[in-house]
Amino acid sequence: MAGWNTYKGLAVALPRADIDTDQLIPARFMSASRSEGYGQYLMRDLREGDADFPLDRHPEAGALVAGPNFGCGSSREAAVYALVDAGIRVVIAESFADIFAGNAVNNGLLPARVAETDEILAAMGTGTATISVDLDAAELRVNDTRYAFNLPRLWAEKLINGWDDIDLTRAHLDDIAAFRAERATQSAWAWPRQV
Amino acid sequence: MSATLLDKLWSAHEIKRNADGASLLWVDRHLVHEGSHHAFAKLAERGMKVAEPGLTFGVADHYAPTRSRDHIADPDIAKMLDRLEKNTAAHGVQLFGLRDPRQGIVHVLGPEQGLTLPGLLINCGDSHTSTHGAFGALAFGIGATQVAHVLATQTIWQVKPRAMRIVVEGALGPGVTAKDIALHWIAKLGTSGAAGHAVEYAGSAIEALSMEGRMTLCNLSIEGGARFGMIAPDQTTFDYVKARPFAPDGALWDEALADWAGLHSDAEAHFDKEARFDAGEIAPTVTWGTTPEQALPITEAVPDPATLTGARAEAAEAAIAYMGLAPGQKLDGTPVDQVFLGSCTNARIEDLRAAAAILKGRRAKVPGVVSPGSMLVRAQAEGEGLDTVFREAGLDWVASGCSMCVGMNGDLVAAGKRCASSTNRNFRGRQGKGARTHLMSPVMVAAAAVTGTLTDARPLMAGRL
Repeated sequence: MAGWNTYKGLAVALPRADIDTDQLIPARFMSASRSEGYGQYLMRDLREGDADFPLDRHPEAGALVAGPNFGCGSSREAAVYALVDAGIRVVIAESFADIFAGNAVNNGLLPARVAETDEILAAMGTGTATISVDLDAAELRVNDTRYAFNLPRLWAEKLINGWDDIDLTRAHLDDIAAFRAERATQSAWAWPRQV
Repeated sequence: MSATLLDKLWSAHEIKRNADGASLLWVDRHLVHEGSHHAFAKLAERGMKVAEPGLTFGVADHYAPTRSRDHIADPDIAKMLDRLEKNTAAHGVQLFGLRDPRQGIVHVLGPEQGLTLPGLLINCGDSHTSTHGAFGALAFGIGATQVAHVLATQTIWQVKPRAMRIVVEGALGPGVTAKDIALHWIAKLGTSGAAGHAVEYAGSAIEALSMEGRMTLCNLSIEGGARFGMIAPDQTTFDYVKARPFAPDGALWDEALADWAGLHSDAEAHFDKEARFDAGEIAPTVTWGTTPEQALPITEAVPDPATLTGARAEAAEAAIAYMGLAPGQKLDGTPVDQVFLGSCTNARIEDLRAAAAILKGRRAKVPGVVSPGSMLVRAQAEGEGLDTVFREAGLDWVASGCSMCVGMNGDLVAAGKRCASSTNRNFRGRQGKGARTHLMSPVMVAAAAVTGTLTDARPLMAGRL
C-alpha cells in the first residue's frame, strides 16, 4: 500500500449521525472478491431513491464530512473497501467507531476526528468544500479554515509510510516466540485440549 | 498498585509496547468464519501459512443455510461456504462446518465447546466477539487486515482502551432480562457512550445473571461503542466451563482455577468512567428507531422529535419515517408482520426455554423463524420438547446460523415489513433492504408472536416462568 502525507481535494457533506457499516455496504454485496472493486456498492441502499445523493452529484469527491459515530456496527472491512474503491481518502467526523477507524488506517483511509465537525457541516450546508490535509501536522483546512484532527501517532505513521502490520510484526518474531514459550509453560491450560 | 480486570488481562498478553503506546498482544484463540476470505486472500498473496493452526478454529455461520443444507441453491452462498472449507483445510485449521453436529454461531459455539475460557485473548472478524468477555476474557472483533495479521503472527497490535465500569445493583423484575439491561444502558448513554473504552460490568444484578445472560450483555457492548465487554469470572463461570470438550481438565484444570481466581478488578482500582443503574428500574425494553440507543420501555410511546434537539431530533425524525411509525404512537399494540428468535445475542438454550414458556399452548398470530444458536442447542431444545412448542405455535424451527440477524444466508425480512427480533442491530436494511427491526428480548419476541403486536410480555408470563 502506498503511503501519503498530504491530500488536496473536494469534500462533500453527509450530515447524518450513526452511518453504520450496514449502510456503507449492505451485507448482500460482501461475497465479492476485492479484485472486483467495491466502489459500486458504497452506500447502495442510501443512494437508491435519493436522486440528489451528494456522492452522486460529486463523484470526484475524495473526502466526506459526516455526523458523529461514523462506521458503527459490524467489523466488516468491506465498508472501508467501498469507500476507498470509490475514491474516498478522508472521512471527517466528530467520532468514529473504534473498529472502523482501525480498518480505515489499514487501508490508507484517514478517519479524521475533528471536534468542530458540526461547524464545518453548518458552513458547507448541502454543498462542497475544498479540503487539504497534512498528516504529519495532524491538521486540515476546509476552505480557508484550519482544524486540528485527532489521530494516534502510530496511525499517522502507518498512513504516511503505507506500513503493513505483518511486515512490522515480523521484526518481533523472536519476542513472540519467547512469549509463546513462556505462556506455554506458565499457562499451559490456555491451549485447547486435543479433542 | 491496584489494577482493573482490563489491566490484568492486558499485561498477561502484552508481548511488547512500542513508543507510540500500541501493544503487541498474544492471541490465544482466533475464530474465523466465511467472512475471513479477504484475510486468507491476503495471506495467499504473500505465500504465508497460518502461524498457529492449533489455536485457530473455523466456523460456518454467517452464510449457513437454515433450510435444505444438502443442496444449496444459491451459488454465491455455496461459494462462500466452499471457500471457508478450502481455506481452513489448506492451513490445517479445524472447521465446524455445515455437516458437523457442533456447528453453530461462532459466539455460541466457542463457549459451548470450551474454546472460550477466562483469562484468554480471543479475536474474531466479527464485532460481537465482545460476547466472550462474559467469561473474563479479553475478546474483541477485528477487521480483515487484522484477521490476516493474526493468522500470520498469532498476535495483534492494539492501543489499550480506557477502563469503564457499568454497575447494576439490585434485582431485575419478572420478565426483565440481560437484553433489557443492555438496551437500557445503551439508550441512556448512547451508541458511542462507551467508545474508546473497555466496559466491565459489575454489581449484584450482574453477579446474579447466568452465563447465557452475561453473554447477551457482553455481546451488546459493541452497540454502545465499547471495544470490550467483560465480567469477572466467578463460580457461575467455572461451573459453565468445567468439562467442556476443549477446556482444560485434571491438573491443568486446577492450575487454571488458581490463575482465574485473580481475575477481578482490585477494590481500589481506578476506572476512567463509571455509570450506575438500578436493576429494579429497568423495564422490558424495545427499540423504536434505527440504532440500539433508540429504545424505550414497552410501556412508553414513540418520541416526538419536536421535544428533542439538534442531531437527536433529526435522527429521530428520520428513524420514525423509516420505521413507519408516528410520534406519540404507543409502542405496546404496534402491529408486527413477523418475528425472529435467534442470533449470537439471544439463541442459547435459556433464551429458547424462556420464549417457549410464553408460547406453550398458544398460537402465533404472525409467521416467524426460530434459529437456535448451535446445532447442539438445537438438539438440546428438541430433547426438552421446545421444538414442538415452537412448531405447534406455528413458527418455523430451522437449523443454526446467523440467519435473519444479518440476512447473508438468504433469510430476509422483506421491505417495509416489521419484525420483532431478538437480534442486536436495528440498522436500516440490516435484516433486509427496507426491513423494519425492533430489538427486544426472547420473551418479548414470543409475546409479539402471540399477540401480533409489540407487547408487554409480563402479563403473558403469569404463572409460566
